[in-house]
Amino acid sequence: MTVSAFLTDATLCIGCKACEVACKEWNHVPADGFNFTGNSYDNTNALGASTWRHVMFLEQPTTLGPQIAGTEDPFRWLFLSDVCKHCGNAGCLEACPTGAIIRTELETVYVQPDVCNGCGYCVVSCPFGVVDKNHDVGTAFKCTFCYDRQLEGLKPACAKACPTESIRFGELEELRAHGRLRVQELQRRGYKDAQVYNPQETSVAGVHAMFVILGEPEAYNLPPAPEVPIVHMKSAWTTALLSALVAVMVVCLAFVL
Amino acid sequence: MADLGQIAQMQITESRLDALREEAARTGKVRDAGIVPSGSPFPKPAAAASYNGNPVLKPPTWTWQVPLYFFVGGVAGVSAAIALVTHLRGYAALERAALWIGFAGALMSAPLLIADLGKPMRFLNMLRVFKIRSAMSVGAWTLSGFSSAVGLAVVCHEVLLAGYGNGFLLLIEWVAEIVAALTGMILASYTSVLLGVTAIPVWSENRKLVPAVFLTGALGSAAAALELLGFRIPATQLIGIVASIVEIVIAIAIEVRDRYVDRPLREGAVGWLIRVGAALAGPTALLLRIFSGHSPALRDVAALCFIAGALIARFAWIAAGRVSSRDPQALFQIQRRNREVTAAT
Repeated sequence: MTVSAFLTDATLCIGCKACEVACKEWNHVPADGFNFTGNSYDNTNALGASTWRHVMFLEQPTTLGPQIAGTEDPFRWLFLSDVCKHCGNAGCLEACPTGAIIRTELETVYVQPDVCNGCGYCVVSCPFGVVDKNHDVGTAFKCTFCYDRQLEGLKPACAKACPTESIRFGELEELRAHGRLRVQELQRRGYKDAQVYNPQETSVAGVHAMFVILGEPEAYNLPPAPEVPIVHMKSAWTTALLSALVAVMVVCLAFVL
Repeated sequence: MADLGQIAQMQITESRLDALREEAARTGKVRDAGIVPSGSPFPKPAAAASYNGNPVLKPPTWTWQVPLYFFVGGVAGVSAAIALVTHLRGYAALERAALWIGFAGALMSAPLLIADLGKPMRFLNMLRVFKIRSAMSVGAWTLSGFSSAVGLAVVCHEVLLAGYGNGFLLLIEWVAEIVAALTGMILASYTSVLLGVTAIPVWSENRKLVPAVFLTGALGSAAAALELLGFRIPATQLIGIVASIVEIVIAIAIEVRDRYVDRPLREGAVGWLIRVGAALAGPTALLLRIFSGHSPALRDVAALCFIAGALIARFAWIAAGRVSSRDPQALFQIQRRNREVTAAT
């Protein structure tokens, strides 16, 4: 069985937003509106119910890799197409009370739109802030990893549309290996701050949408060590039930005295 | 021509700078707007890295019905527990009142939750699976069980009171009351787990404090509701005093602990909302109770203050989560700390 994955490479992205457009076209995702954010060429600022691919534009006062800056003000402009991480352990999936969010046979995380009841618990349970509630429809939406296309043997629309192969689609282990090679290659060419973003050491247990980035993940709003909220379930329930016990004891005490 | 123009502009700029420097040296401050350098604004490194300071997380989508439900459900749940204890002790009038508070709360809870979902029929999707790992699922089932049990208990109680009952009906009432008390206490406590087990920093990092906040609020408000129904007895007074003291301790803990993640609880409008809630339910209610002596009016005011404070606290905690979700640094700081702890061990 194949495990689907993305490897999105910031060093190859040209910020054309073809992925955003292809995603909207294929999945009939509503428009985001004509917003001017003032943040470089970014129009949406984040992923959301109607933004399943989001191209980030980073303006940083640093030199780009081996670049020799002839100026006192070094500058680099980075782009990265963000997407749902399809976590190894997904916070949204654990939180969902209806079973609407499932792990597919492709190991991707999928929201069944006809089962979701719009409780909004996945929204606060996603450690990456990906899934959101569409307030017109009243239910939760996020990247489907083009589940329908994949079943027909097609690439996800974003990967298909990407003109530079910044978005690579393939099998998880193959792309992990490819990411490692790509970072080695970049470092050899002088991009010393190149790294793969794939938090495998945390309770998220790695992501199925990995990234090759320059610099620290925080600059891309990628959490450095994301945790699935469910890891706190035991301590939260223990404290809650102990508190309830104390409350009952106070009641007993009050009416026995 | 262009060069001349540029030089002229530079001279103006330089002389303007000199004038500003002189003014600064003379008066110690500059009142004018100064100059705008060509090519500005220059890109600057952010104080702490994030994507333009944008939120990493999504804010909670819950509408006002949800914190109100947290409150109503909590009061109803604790009332059912009070009903069971008073039944055991043989306080019939108190038991009846507590049962009715529980039943009224249950009747209000479901519509509040359903209103948040948009379409009423969607609530049924909650009941297609039971997921012990999802606090939301546990809550939906608990509310369903509690509502049925407390409804049955009220019906049995009223039928018995009207003199139509028999021993079998009394048995059913006991079973229904026990189930209502158990599910009621879960109903009053699961909402704190619901907040604690999320990605929102201020909720997640306070997962051991929120249960105390919510249960104290529910306990004190249930006793206060009984007082407002006329039961100004030593037992409700004692519960009220204990609840207010705990409220004060929690408020001090929030103020004293100097954690970055707790900033939404102390700063801005939400910080003040937390404080107003704590002040009403804590010291105000406590002082009114202490000095109530022979004045039932003061007891009523104390009860109202506590209920208002506990209700405000529910809204404030949800609002604090909204503020916390907007701050990427709160999230990054916790994760860096956790990573260092893991690396050290």
